[in-house]
Amino acid sequence: MRRVRLAADIGGTFTDIALEAEGAEEVVTRWTAKVLTTPEAPERGVLEGVALALERAGLTAADVTLMIHGTTLATNALIERKGAKTALLTTEGFRDVLALGNESRYDQYDLNIDLPEPLVPRRWRLPVPERLDNTGRVLRPLDEAALRAHIPFLRAEGIEALAIGFLHGFVNPAHERRAAEILREEWPELPVSLASEVSPEMREWERFSTTVANAYVQPLMARYLGRLEAGLRAMGMGAPLFLMLSGGGLTTIETAARFPIRLVESGPAGGAIFSAHVARQRGLEKVLSFDMGGTTAKVCLIDGYAPQASRSFEVARVGRFKKGSGLPLRIPVIEMVEIGAGGGSLASVDAMGRIQVGPESAGAMPGPACYGRGGTRPAVTDANLALGRYDAASFAGGTLVLDAGAAARALDAHVGARLGLDAGMAALGVVEVVDENMANAARVHAIESGKSYEGRTIIAFGGGGPVHGYRVAEKIGVERILVPSGAGVGSAIGFLRAPVAYEVVRSLYTRFGRFDLSAVNALLAEMSAEAARTVAAGSFGAATTETRLAYMRYVGQGHEIAVPLPVRPLTEADVPALRAAYDAEYARFYDRPVPGSDVEVLSFAVTVSTVAEEVLPAAEVEDAPAPAPIRVQRVRDTATGELGDWPVYSRAAMRPGARVAGPCIVAEDETSTLVGPGWVCRMDGLGYLELMKERPA
Amino acid sequence: MSGLATIQRQIQWNRLIAVVEEQAQTMIRTAFSTTVREAGDLSAGIFDLEGRMMAQAVTGTPGHVNSMAESVGHFLKKFPVHTMRPGDHYITNDPWLGTGHLHDLTVVTPAFRNGRIVALFANTAHIIDIGGLGMGPEGRSVFEEGLYIPIVKCFDQGRPNETFFDFLRAGSRTPVELEGDVYSLCACNDAGAKRLVEMMDEYRMESLEPLAAFIFEASLRATEEAIAALPRGSYAAEIRSDGYEAPVTLRAAMTVEERRILVDFAGTSGLSTRGINVPPAYCRAYACFGIKCVVAPEIPNNWASLKPFEMAIPEGCILNAPRPYPVSVRHVIGQLLPDLMMGCLAQAVPERVNAEGSSALWNPPLRGGAQVSGQAAEVEDFEIITFNSGGTGARPAKDGLSGIAFPSGVRTMPVEATENVAPVVFWRKELRPDSAGAGRTRGGFGQIMEIGAKNDAEFAVNAIFDRVANPPRGRFGGLDGAPGWVGLDDPNGTVLRTKGFQIIPKGRRLVLKLPGGGGYGDPRERDPALVARDVADGLVSEEAARRLYGWAG
Repeated sequence: MRRVRLAADIGGTFTDIALEAEGAEEVVTRWTAKVLTTPEAPERGVLEGVALALERAGLTAADVTLMIHGTTLATNALIERKGAKTALLTTEGFRDVLALGNESRYDQYDLNIDLPEPLVPRRWRLPVPERLDNTGRVLRPLDEAALRAHIPFLRAEGIEALAIGFLHGFVNPAHERRAAEILREEWPELPVSLASEVSPEMREWERFSTTVANAYVQPLMARYLGRLEAGLRAMGMGAPLFLMLSGGGLTTIETAARFPIRLVESGPAGGAIFSAHVARQRGLEKVLSFDMGGTTAKVCLIDGYAPQASRSFEVARVGRFKKGSGLPLRIPVIEMVEIGAGGGSLASVDAMGRIQVGPESAGAMPGPACYGRGGTRPAVTDANLALGRYDAASFAGGTLVLDAGAAARALDAHVGARLGLDAGMAALGVVEVVDENMANAARVHAIESGKSYEGRTIIAFGGGGPVHGYRVAEKIGVERILVPSGAGVGSAIGFLRAPVAYEVVRSLYTRFGRFDLSAVNALLAEMSAEAARTVAAGSFGAATTETRLAYMRYVGQGHEIAVPLPVRPLTEADVPALRAAYDAEYARFYDRPVPGSDVEVLSFAVTVSTVAEEVLPAAEVEDAPAPAPIRVQRVRDTATGELGDWPVYSRAAMRPGARVAGPCIVAEDETSTLVGPGWVCRMDGLGYLELMKERPA
Repeated sequence: MSGLATIQRQIQWNRLIAVVEEQAQTMIRTAFSTTVREAGDLSAGIFDLEGRMMAQAVTGTPGHVNSMAESVGHFLKKFPVHTMRPGDHYITNDPWLGTGHLHDLTVVTPAFRNGRIVALFANTAHIIDIGGLGMGPEGRSVFEEGLYIPIVKCFDQGRPNETFFDFLRAGSRTPVELEGDVYSLCACNDAGAKRLVEMMDEYRMESLEPLAAFIFEASLRATEEAIAALPRGSYAAEIRSDGYEAPVTLRAAMTVEERRILVDFAGTSGLSTRGINVPPAYCRAYACFGIKCVVAPEIPNNWASLKPFEMAIPEGCILNAPRPYPVSVRHVIGQLLPDLMMGCLAQAVPERVNAEGSSALWNPPLRGGAQVSGQAAEVEDFEIITFNSGGTGARPAKDGLSGIAFPSGVRTMPVEATENVAPVVFWRKELRPDSAGAGRTRGGFGQIMEIGAKNDAEFAVNAIFDRVANPPRGRFGGLDGAPGWVGLDDPNGTVLRTKGFQIIPKGRRLVLKLPGGGGYGDPRERDPALVARDVADGLVSEEAARRLYGWAG
């Protein structure tokens, strides 16, 4: 049977579909579809898009052999507070862990900040007498009668989901398990999430927050997945359905229903996987994935074709994307930085006469001033138009005629007049500031990861990535940019490249000075078995690979560094080798190793994953003639402020091997690739645009 | 200046702020003391060659922020710019040249480009132990409070000053962490310097002077405009602290002029014999912070944006402690200063200020093992501090925040993490019902904490708590927050002193009830739905709801 694989990514505005079918001689053809998201019943948009893609491909639902799905549904439920009525049973004396957080304000000077409301109000955070110490020893036994006594209240309140989290429960889950058992006896239909299963790691606030969020989205996700599956079956699809996890792997519908919190960032994860695949096709070891859309930009470092992993994430930020203003989640995620910088981000001037851009966004309605839908404040898109980067008549394939006068008026009124600049220079200021914001986010991201931009390539996609890519590259010192094809549905294509994978994380405190080999080996074996079991459910016997990590730090330090472990039982001989690996890794981040300190391990992670498909290296292509420009635009260069005539080429008219020199623009329906002064652009054998900075001779 | 140059200056200013933020984040990631890495008790900034602060990390805590701004000038007096070499790092913990107590280390590092010095980076961090009596009010002079580090080189052209490190290690209960922290402070200044040089290369900047002038001009103008928008006049206020041996009155007269704000602390109580005295830089730091939050919160901190706030602090008052008066826990008084400033500003812009809050942190420094119990010790030696807070004052349009630090910018550490570094058990840490001052908007709730040693062993607390005899006051008809309480869990409810070293006997636990914030406006005007919510949440008792809010439920 030939393989027909389908991916659906539900985003905030659009639901994207990518379909790939093997034809004769294993040649794979791709079809895509984009339909509006249907927030009230998201499966409708998916079913509609799937039908459209199948029709374009001339296939039926029955032909599909695998379907992969990612959705922002869980994220939206958390942001809009539309999840289940959730209760939390927790250690007596600690019912306010979620409310107290880390007892701090995320903004020092703003007296009027709001902190995120806990997902569970205090009246549903119920104390249960019990207590373990940090080693898991019972200081106070579980009071089962007190626990049972809460149940009538929870029923009376109409609770729909329950989280259970006890202090140090990740070290010894006995109390949590017993509590769950009692609940199952008394109230079998109530979904229960245990902290020791959802996020078995130290730090009670983060663990309880993750567990509660899991419980909160669980009923909604279970219902949605049920409806979607039924809809697909009704279309005649018999193929298995997989879900995209925020960590970049795929999982079965059963695992997704148990741990729906692991689905939160699946769309952006797809984008990172897409970039990783492009990197692999082109053999690029060091990449920065740069995805700029309508409201935000996301940057993600990809080394050795693997996006960087992290275990902490914040969702539903209440304070203008500010770190610390959201709900903390401890789940495996692809590490990326998301900032409020997109085409719709609005510009203003602050009290010091400084241009500020974002995070406030014009959204789809009214949109930037140039959309002519009533917007009067200048957005990044207005600035790009005023700089001459867009042709008002052919934006978005000519589906939306832009109003250049409205853009100039908005820039004049809100930026230019305040600073004594004309609309063109005001536009330059707005674009330079947003490019600098993105470059700063990328710089911080690299520092936090202990990485550099030397020799790195940017993979730019999303509507804004190819427009702003070259200037961001100049600011961070990158000299090569790749603009792949299909960038408009990058996340959905990424889903098709993702492995079936599962990560298990467990805390086990151990010091190198007294390394407990047998305990560590027992734990790793158990984790490995769990990850393998979860993957086996969806891998259909495909070859798998396993990675193991230890999260280590100098005794007394606060932040851990991940060090790879061999995939086998550890021996005495491994201990000094690991210590040496840690010192080397630390020095890579911070230059100065610290003399005389012991090293401790806080937790371990085991990931089992199907092996990535072979990627054929891209063939070299002969140079081809450059196409004739389709027009010339008068563009202001943001680095020098000078106006010049930039030729515009049609991407569709370019052949592999064709080369055009900057300054110029390569236009396509979804976006434009700007080739700045001093850059050249060549189409490679895959049809991707490759921009290179020319070194002065 | 051309339009392009104006825009590029702005970009460079943004970059500078990103550079110092990176400096602060590097410190958090590499520091050893929990006070830095978990609590964020630190600050970082870049200075011009005259010692004027150009930019400062948003991350950090106000007491450090503004006092570190003064500190670099002191370094330059001892080590002039022309004597500095690449790879040099200078350090001090002098309370009068740094940030107000021996527990704060300040490190200054010159940044070089093409062999020429172009800027100075400085940072400050609160370390966990510096010897002496430990963090607490008991010292009668600064000499008892710990190891005193004058301004010295800790690295000379990249080589560690081993004599310095020998003294440092020998003088602390936690030598490894302390040495590691010094390395971390130096590393994060280096990280900042590296980024700065990259920016200067990109924009071909030979010197930072033009950028500094641009930043100072724009910041000064914006701050002056913000001041000009205030009603001019003189506003007086006072606030009371429990003090150590006697209550302390802090008094301020604030004069709002066209372009500056003057604060005169005449009438403030005299010095204490114990470590609650405040060095003047720390007084300026928190007073300035309190004014800035209200008047010009959006303007970034730098030399020029702090300049229009002038302080007259009379000699001999508790806010102008001279050397060698003890100053170890100067925060317990200093952190009341924003409330005092808001007491003045409430008369000028009532719709922009909060009611008083718990304000002074309720950090219990805990010690156990042989240093408390001698040979009878039943647990290993430990020395820890956690950073905890009561409720903040009600805001004009919003309730106060419950169990959240203000004005301090620190975070607390997870109980699970604390229990992993010391043999203690937190039996209770939750919100304290009926502690919020009632009002149209209410204060934030305090917390109740109950702490024991493992196996109920003997241990000690070096108390530094306030607002027990003098609870946070409400404003404009809002009621006071609940006062704090310090004691034992015994049946008699034994009360402990709010300040000083005290033993928690075997079998007993330390109980802390943290104050709630004051209310704002008449409680009877509060939205009944919000009263009902607090009742349902068990945070306001039905009795209190009826009595204070006229709740009919």
